[in-house]
Formats: sequence, structure tokens, C-alpha cells
Amino acid sequence: RYYEYMFGQSRRRKRGRRPLGARAEPELSQLQVVIESRDPGCQSYPHLASSEAYHLTVTEPVAILKADEVWGALRGLETFSQLVHEDDYGSFLVNESEIDDFPRFAHRGILLDTSRHYLPLKSILTNLDAMAFNKFNVLHWHIVDDQSFPYQSIYFPELSDKGAYSYNHIYTPTDVHLVIEYARLRGIRVVPEFDTPGHTQSWGKGQKDLLTPCYNGEQPSGSFGPVNPILNTTYDFMTKFFKEISSVFPDAYIHLGGDEVNFDCWKSNPEVKEFMKQQGFGIDYAKLESYYIQKILDIVSSYNKGYIVWQEVFDNKAQLKPDTVVQVWMENNYAHELSSVTGAGFTAILAAPWYLDYISYGQDWKKYYSIEPLDFPGSEKQKKLLIGGEACLWGEFVDATNLTPRLWPRASAVGERLWSSRNVTNLQDAYKRLTNHRCRMLRRGVAAEPVFVGYCPHEAR
Amino acid sequence: AENEPPWGMPCTQLLVFVATPGCDGFPSLDSKESYKLSVLEGSLLLSADAVWGALRGLETFSQLVGRDENGTYYINKTEIVDFPRFPHRGLLLDTSRHYLPLRAILETLDVMAYNKFNVFHWHIVDDPSFPYESLTFPELSKQGAFNAMTHVYTASDVQTVIEYARLRGIRVIAEFDTPGHTLSWGPGAPGLLTPCYLGKDPSGTYGPINPILNSTYQFVTSLFQEVSAVFPDFFLHLGGDEVDFTCWKSNPKIRVFMKEMGFGEDYKKLESFYIQRLLDIVSSLGKGYIVWQEVFDNGVKVRPDTIIHVWKENSIPYMEEMANVTKAGYRALLSAPWYLNRISYGQDWMAAYQVEPLKFEGVPEQKDRVIGGEACMWGEYVDVTNLAPRLW
Repeated sequence: RYYEYMFGQSRRRKRGRRPLGARAEPELSQLQVVIESRDPGCQSYPHLASSEAYHLTVTEPVAILKADEVWGALRGLETFSQLVHEDDYGSFLVNESEIDDFPRFAHRGILLDTSRHYLPLKSILTNLDAMAFNKFNVLHWHIVDDQSFPYQSIYFPELSDKGAYSYNHIYTPTDVHLVIEYARLRGIRVVPEFDTPGHTQSWGKGQKDLLTPCYNGEQPSGSFGPVNPILNTTYDFMTKFFKEISSVFPDAYIHLGGDEVNFDCWKSNPEVKEFMKQQGFGIDYAKLESYYIQKILDIVSSYNKGYIVWQEVFDNKAQLKPDTVVQVWMENNYAHELSSVTGAGFTAILAAPWYLDYISYGQDWKKYYSIEPLDFPGSEKQKKLLIGGEACLWGEFVDATNLTPRLWPRASAVGERLWSSRNVTNLQDAYKRLTNHRCRMLRRGVAAEPVFVGYCPHEAR
Repeated sequence: AENEPPWGMPCTQLLVFVATPGCDGFPSLDSKESYKLSVLEGSLLLSADAVWGALRGLETFSQLVGRDENGTYYINKTEIVDFPRFPHRGLLLDTSRHYLPLRAILETLDVMAYNKFNVFHWHIVDDPSFPYESLTFPELSKQGAFNAMTHVYTASDVQTVIEYARLRGIRVIAEFDTPGHTLSWGPGAPGLLTPCYLGKDPSGTYGPINPILNSTYQFVTSLFQEVSAVFPDFFLHLGGDEVDFTCWKSNPKIRVFMKEMGFGEDYKKLESFYIQRLLDIVSSLGKGYIVWQEVFDNGVKVRPDTIIHVWKENSIPYMEEMANVTKAGYRALLSAPWYLNRISYGQDWMAAYQVEPLKFEGVPEQKDRVIGGEACMWGEYVDVTNLAPRLW
């Protein structure tokens, strides 16, 4: 596919002999890709500790791309493809170069939300392509939520039967495998998020008694709240459900959510109130939330998966295993939150300043680019616990009609921030490269929106 | 009975009756867009005074048709009498900040028809690029387009747009914005723009159109002669917004001219001098004109049938401007609260929806002078990749 990317859109794809009388210029005839490790990783899945470093030497007549693992080779191939450019006469040129590169942060993710709006497979796959062009390596698939449940579960088919927007708005096991494999071939991990106990309205449609019935005084009101934490059936369900998820999704991590749990419904339910008394939680519902989360974490642990949770789980003092990853998303004083999370010894991922669904007028990529993730009070040891970040595109106002231009090239600013060195911060230089990169993405079939006034030489008419 | 569909008689024909056809003509500000739609068992009738009303009625009819779970198309019995509140319902596209391929413009015209818009305000050239291929001055696009081969609108392209629009009852009003917003005109028309000065020497940069040269007015006459012939609508939009006086002030010849004319230090008078001559030229070509509000704000003498386009949200609250414009006897177009390029998070359609164009202090005659408004999609951050989802 990289051959297509580099030479595909050229109208004159002449291979072979140079025209007579052409100057004898140095010619590059081959890019050799060498993967050094005994286990290059071509048949396996990328993971957090994968090596993405590479060394690229471009010189006549053969260029060499060396990497420890195949994941580094993929990154180097992307870089090489960006070095090749076409001149006005249709010749392809590349400058002699020597590049030694590796990512600053190991977790560089994009969050897509397929619950607020269903995203057709094509949309997700195009996005994976764009991610590869920007060296992102994690697709955080926020697959279900209140509004719809498009994930077709093998053990619990009713969940999507009753919870999806329609039978046309479903991800079958085949669809899911396709996404995972398409991502794998681009060195992208797929981390699914099954957010509980809040954000679960759509789960209740296909799983009776999973959600807490809310009460109006003595009577059930007819509406439902978060997952019911006091019933054994809840944990029986979750045990079976996460067994499936653990086997369907090969990544070492599952995102368990845990954000924005509204306690009102729990507070209204007499059985829940009784349970609180029995457990000695008093009126501190954060304790009930933690009780639930801890049990889920144990279930997921038993399947040998690591887990990522939203910051509330940490804030509300649940008992987390030391290898829990905490995702910081609340904008207010997130630097302080990073200090707390890493100070308590937990690994952190930063999303707070990169909610790309919050659109605004103008070149907002600059503000995303200017974020310095390590700008928080903390020791060297703490800073090492910040393993990366994610650009989030929540789906309230996003579907296939506007996803690509809304996400790209704005997310590219985040991509560079997470890959490049701390001192790569010059906005004017970034602007030049970003506009160029945007045109490149267009050529490769990604409908990234314009950065500012101008044009791309190879735009379709 | 078993075989009878639950909804009644099948309807097979919509009869369209137009009193005064005019199918070969162009829509205008005075076009009648009213229609009556009668859906009864066994009889579907759409009647209108003019074909433009029939088009609006056809759109409505198409929205009434539903489809049930069995795939059957149906329509409810209904009687509709409909006509627009405002006769000028426009959309502005900017093809200078970013070139928009023909298909993007045509697609926009389709969606405009679905939403009963009837004016396409084509802000075709501006500072960054000049994509309009002029027959009289081919160098303008040769030198001023982003790419003279691929990022231009040929004469044929322009006619395609005009006809495509016409078939949808949409007027095409071209805007050739002067004297500001003209940087891209410079390369193809040497001597047109004002050379700016740094002290005694030209700085190498250029400003608005040079209002003191006769050649300027010869050029403008020829260009607008062509534009008037190419675009059939009675109105042209002449721009006149955001004229930056810095360059004029720096130019010694202009300073001399200011003295000679007795304008003092008031460069608004120089701007007016240019605009007045431009308006006279365009008038003599038999066209009416729309101008941005600065032309009115700066006290330029305009014809009584000038339409003033209100776009500034805050320099004075736009409703005050609407009151002032209409009080002075001019017709007004409202765009200020409808700059759709200014995106923000959430359901911002609500703010646009809640605007009441006539919410200002004034007598009924004033209110009558508000002929409508335009949603504007300026192109700084917009091209074909994001135009449609941003606009609709």
C-alpha cells in the first residue's frame, strides 16, 4: 500500500529506462527493510511495550530502513513515504537523509464513539488509515453507551437486538475482527471500552434487571439508572460478558469506563439504600460505586487483561490494582490530576485538553499542539508514568458525514505532540508541515479539512 | 375488504398547474413563489402563479410523501396554501479563500432547493485567489488563480452554475468585491492596486484598488461590462467592505489627491469617491446593486433602490443597523447573525433559528424594506472536504 501512497496519484507512472540524454543523476532503486529482532512480530499484535523505533538511511542506490520490530518498520515506512516527493515534471525525488526516530510516548490514541452515532465500517477503516499516516497506535473504541448498543455479543445477542439503533446499525463479530486486523496491519492496538456502571441505558433494553430501577417515593418510576451493583445476577452477567470481550479483543487492555455515574437513581431505590446500610457505606455512594468497580476489575483481571479507567474511578478512591491505567479527561486543573494520579503510583493517559469534539472557529490545532503533557508538578519517576494521550472525538454531533474532516488534520497536531521531542514546538514550522501533510492525506483518500486559506496542487477538480 | 390498502385510493399523478409559465426566464426578486397544494383522494393538484411557485410546491410535495414498513409510498390528505415571508433567501459561498469544484457548487444548489433558498450569492473572488476566468481580462485568473489550469471557473462553468440554479428557481448574484479584498486582482492587472509606501519608497506591497487613476475606472467599466453580460440577474453585489486605509495613507500621490479634492484626512471620503463612481458605472450598465453595510455607514451617496447588506454583529448591534438602514429608506438584507462559518460546539442551529429579522424599532414601511437575509459560509476554513456537513 505504501507504493500506492508514494506513486499512485502520478499520472505518468513510467517504470524502467530513463529517456535518452537525461542527466545521470543519482538514483534510488530500492528500499530495503530490515527487522532485527528474532521475533519481528509480524504475526502478533502490537502492545504497549512494542518497539516503534527505526533507523532510516536514504542514500544511492539503496535506502535501508532498520527496525527492531515490525512496528518500527511501519513507522519508518510512513516517514519514508513522506520524504518522497514529486517534482513539476513527474519525477519522484527523495533527499539523502539519515534518520533515527522513536516515539516520545508509547500510547498515542484516538477515541471514536460508535454509540451516539453508528459509524459504518468504511468510516472506521479510513480513520485507521489516517491514524497510520499520523503514527497513532491506539484506537480507543468507545463502542457502546447510553444511546445505542451496536456491539453484537455472541453470548448475549439481545443486547444489540434490542439496544442497537436498528439491525443495520450493528458490528458483527466479523466486522469487529476486520477492524482489529486492519488496525494490526498498521501497528494500531484496538482497545475496546465497555463503560459501566454509568452510560449503560442501552444495555438495559436487552438485559433485563441489569440496570437499577429508579423510584419515585415508594413506586418504581419506570426509568432506569446505572448498572445495579447489589445483585449477584449483575456480576454473573459481567463475568460472562467480559469473558467474551477478553477473547474477542486481543489487546492486553480493556477500557472499563467508570465515568459520570449519577447517584440519584441509586439513592432513590430502597433495596440499594438497604444494601448501603448493610455494607456500612453510610450515605457515601462513591463507596458503592467503588464496590462495583472493584468487583469488575477483579473479573477482568481474572481473564488476564489489564484495564484502563476514567479518572473518577481513581478520584472516588476505588481500590485499584497497581497496574491500572487512569485516563484523565476533566479539563479543570488536569495538571493537578496528573500529579495526583502519578503521585499515587498509577500510570496515566492524558485526554483532557484534546477533546476534539469541542469545535470552535479558527485554527484550533495550534492550541492542541501547544499542550505539553509533562507540564505538571511531579518527580522524574512520576513523569515516566504518563505513558501518552488520546485525541477524543465524542459522537454527539459526529457521524460518517463529518467525522473525517472534523478529526483531521486537527488530530495531527496531537499526533506530533505525542511522537516528537519535547522541543518540537515551533508553530510556524508546524503550520508549513501541517498544510503539506493535509494535502498528502487528501491525496491518500482522507478528506482532511483545510488548515487555512489556500489550495492543494493535486486536489480533484 | 382484505385487498384494500388501509390508506385509501392509490394516487398516480400530481397535476401541476402554472398560471403564467415563464419557464424560460430567470427568477428575480419579484418572482412569485406562492403555491397551493391539494391532496385529496384521487386528486393531487399543485397550482401556482409562476413556475417558481410550482418548484417550491414540488419540494413540499416531495417532503409529504412517506413510506411505510411494507415499502408502500403514501401521502396524507392535505390542503396547503404557502408563500415565503421574505423574497430574498440567500446563501453565500466563498470561492476565493478556497476553490470549490463545480460539483460542490451544484450540490449546494440542490440542497438549497430542498430548503427553499432562492439566491446563490457567489463571492467569487477576493484577496487570496481570482478563479473567475474573464474574457476581457484573461490575465486576472492566469495570474491570480491558485492554479490557472485547475482552480478556475471557465465561462462554461459559470453558465452551468447559472442554468443549474435557474432550474431550481435560484438567482445567482455574483459579488466582485472592491475596492478592498482585491489583492489577487493585482498580478493580472498591473497598476490597478495602490502601491503602498514605506516613507518615500514603494514598499513592494499593495493595497486596495487605486481610486485616483483614470485607468482604474476604465478597467472597472470594462470588467463590469463583462460581468453584467455574463450574470443575468438584475443585481450585482459590489462589496465595499473592510477597506483598509493604511496603504492609501502611505501613498504620496494619494495624499496629494486628497488635498486637491479637499477631503482633508477623511479617507472615508476617498472610499466614497471610488464607490460612487463604481455605482454610477454599474447603474449605467443597467444593473441594480447590493453593497455591504460600510458603504451606507460611510455616507456614500447611493441610489434609492440600493440594497444594503448588514453583516457586522457588534460594531453597533445589527438590529440597530437594520433600523438605521431601513429608516434611511434603503432595502436591507440580514446576514450578521448567520455567519455559519463561525462554528461552535453544540446545536448552534437553534441560535440561528431564533433570530427574528424584524425585531427592531421601526414603522411598518421600514419593516417592509427588509427583503430577507443570507446565511454566509466564508471560506477561510472551508473547502469541498467539509462544506456540506458544515453548511447543512
